[in-house]
Amino acid sequence: MFIKVNREKCTGCSLCISSCPYDAIVLHEERAQITPLCQLCRACLGVCPEGAISEVAEASDQKEKGQGSGVWVFAEQRDGVIAGVSLELLGAGRRLAGQLGTDLSAVLFGKVGPGPEELIRWGADRVYYCADDSVANFNDEPYARLLADLITEHRPEIVLAGATAIGRSFIPRIAARLHTGLTADCTSLEIDPETRDLLQVRPAFGGNIMATILCPHTRPQMATVRPRVMKPAEYASDRKGEIIPVSAAQAVSRTRVVETIREVSEVAVNLADANIIVAGGRGVGGEKGFALLFELADALGASIGASRGAVDEGWIPYRHQVGQTGKTVGPKIYIACGISGAVQHVVGMQSSDIIIAINKNPEAPIFNIATYGIVGEIAEIIPLLTRKIREAKGL
Amino acid sequence: MKIVVCIKQVPDTAEVRINPETNTLVRDGVPSIINPYDMHALEAALQIRETAGGEVTALTMGPPQAEAALREAISMGVDKAVLVTDRLFAGSDTWATAYTLCKAVEHIGADIILCGKQAIDGDTAQVGPEMAEFLDMPHVAYVRKIDEVTNNRIVVQRLMDDGYDVVESAVPVLLTVVRELNIPRMPSLKGKMAAKKAAIIRLTAADLKADENSLGLKGSPTQVKNIFAPEAKTNRMMLSGTAEESIDQLVKELAAMKCL
Repeated sequence: MFIKVNREKCTGCSLCISSCPYDAIVLHEERAQITPLCQLCRACLGVCPEGAISEVAEASDQKEKGQGSGVWVFAEQRDGVIAGVSLELLGAGRRLAGQLGTDLSAVLFGKVGPGPEELIRWGADRVYYCADDSVANFNDEPYARLLADLITEHRPEIVLAGATAIGRSFIPRIAARLHTGLTADCTSLEIDPETRDLLQVRPAFGGNIMATILCPHTRPQMATVRPRVMKPAEYASDRKGEIIPVSAAQAVSRTRVVETIREVSEVAVNLADANIIVAGGRGVGGEKGFALLFELADALGASIGASRGAVDEGWIPYRHQVGQTGKTVGPKIYIACGISGAVQHVVGMQSSDIIIAINKNPEAPIFNIATYGIVGEIAEIIPLLTRKIREAKGL
Repeated sequence: MKIVVCIKQVPDTAEVRINPETNTLVRDGVPSIINPYDMHALEAALQIRETAGGEVTALTMGPPQAEAALREAISMGVDKAVLVTDRLFAGSDTWATAYTLCKAVEHIGADIILCGKQAIDGDTAQVGPEMAEFLDMPHVAYVRKIDEVTNNRIVVQRLMDDGYDVVESAVPVLLTVVRELNIPRMPSLKGKMAAKKAAIIRLTAADLKADENSLGLKGSPTQVKNIFAPEAKTNRMMLSGTAEESIDQLVKELAAMKCL
């Protein structure tokens, strides 16, 4: 495939030039020209008002589609506890399997009490379960080898894993080994009804743009999925499925975990599980302003979040940070106080059910995503809101 | 000790936007920088050289202008700089990028490979671990501290979602690093002078003896179907009136939804 400019249609208006992220389009004799810097990213397609830019297929683009069937979810566990994202993946996987008319399998490494049965109750038809001690703890090489071998043997068409420290570390090794595509940190997964390909949507450029990624020819199509974006399927305690024991014969690892140190701050846990989050940004004005937010949070039984701006100012520790470089949260109510709504923050909280924005600037972008917006000063609004909520709750 | 640092020249993404009408990137005046995570990888490499000795090579794959990133790396103190550039690399996804960089590392030779955790344009964090697999090397991702380096063994701290692991690995090894690892040094005046006249080693697909079918668009299993602006929610309701009125309205709405 390559990108072509029709010189007859081109008017030399330069619109395409500014659309190219790689500086790969230049004006040559008053017409746009694609240079060898072109990365084939397609950003320029559709920009041209004259329709002079198009992609041209080549014979080498034609590849036979790989074979496979079934949707797989890698169910991550640490210390014998299955990660929440694994249940979310089963929810997403159940939906995709339904659309494809196929079944859903989970893969579980390491001994987890009632783990395999639980995965079935959360939606899996089948669980490949390796309870060997050699995979009880996460190590990249044995995990990658075992999962790659299972994929090679059973040929699923889709493999999903959590975009966690573990998933994002070892799943790429499998993609490399099997020469198939892997899309990182997806926030939406759909099936293209015509091609049956998986449409994988993910943020890029720090969340400033979204991209839909395809893996059209090779199987499986693999994706890591951002935690707290997908919804778990319905839990059914009477659901039946098949548990297939698997052995990790060659669990050779050149890395070894010497020691594991848990540093879960209470806040991190609270943010992840919070029903309500009260978050503050630069507009809160300082530590005094945050004290008001803490009172509101107290009245609501909420956790405290923050934008990067407030953290950079030193008003509140980093562990409260929500956004691209902080935590991703999905509470029922997110109250954004003095947060302008930079996209880097929004990607970390946009899946909240209800977003309440309080900001003195009526033009702040946060209002574009807010369910309810109030224009006003934090120092005035927050104490009043706290009082009214206490009254409404009869406190 | 041969250390290779993989760096990437990226647009400063804080300034990249999408035009909601045309759905295209607006990058007028957006500067190119070394991927910030890679700066920490460079610093780590220089620190390892200071204690264990050896040679540090900065490696990048990209268009000819990526040379600027390599010159910046030289100004920080790396010994050699390699630019892997070829028209055949265009359209590379993480798989093809990792394959190409693996071929370059095989050409250069390495005991320790350092990469930033991820690049801020793609945010995939996949190229490092994929390279390690191609090179048949162990890797440790999200390294936040390097405790010990010897010729055949390294001990590092790996950042996890719930704390950190102390991980021991055989050498050769590939590490991807996070920002907590160190504070990258500023280029010295001497370094800046050296950067100006340093020779950059250029390698093409032919130099790497790479399989053409594994390069660029041809070797890439994934494709970008389209790009678009993050969606704005449309169900917004601005509460107006005095502060008290709007708050009463809000509390009423929340109570009606049984949120209180």
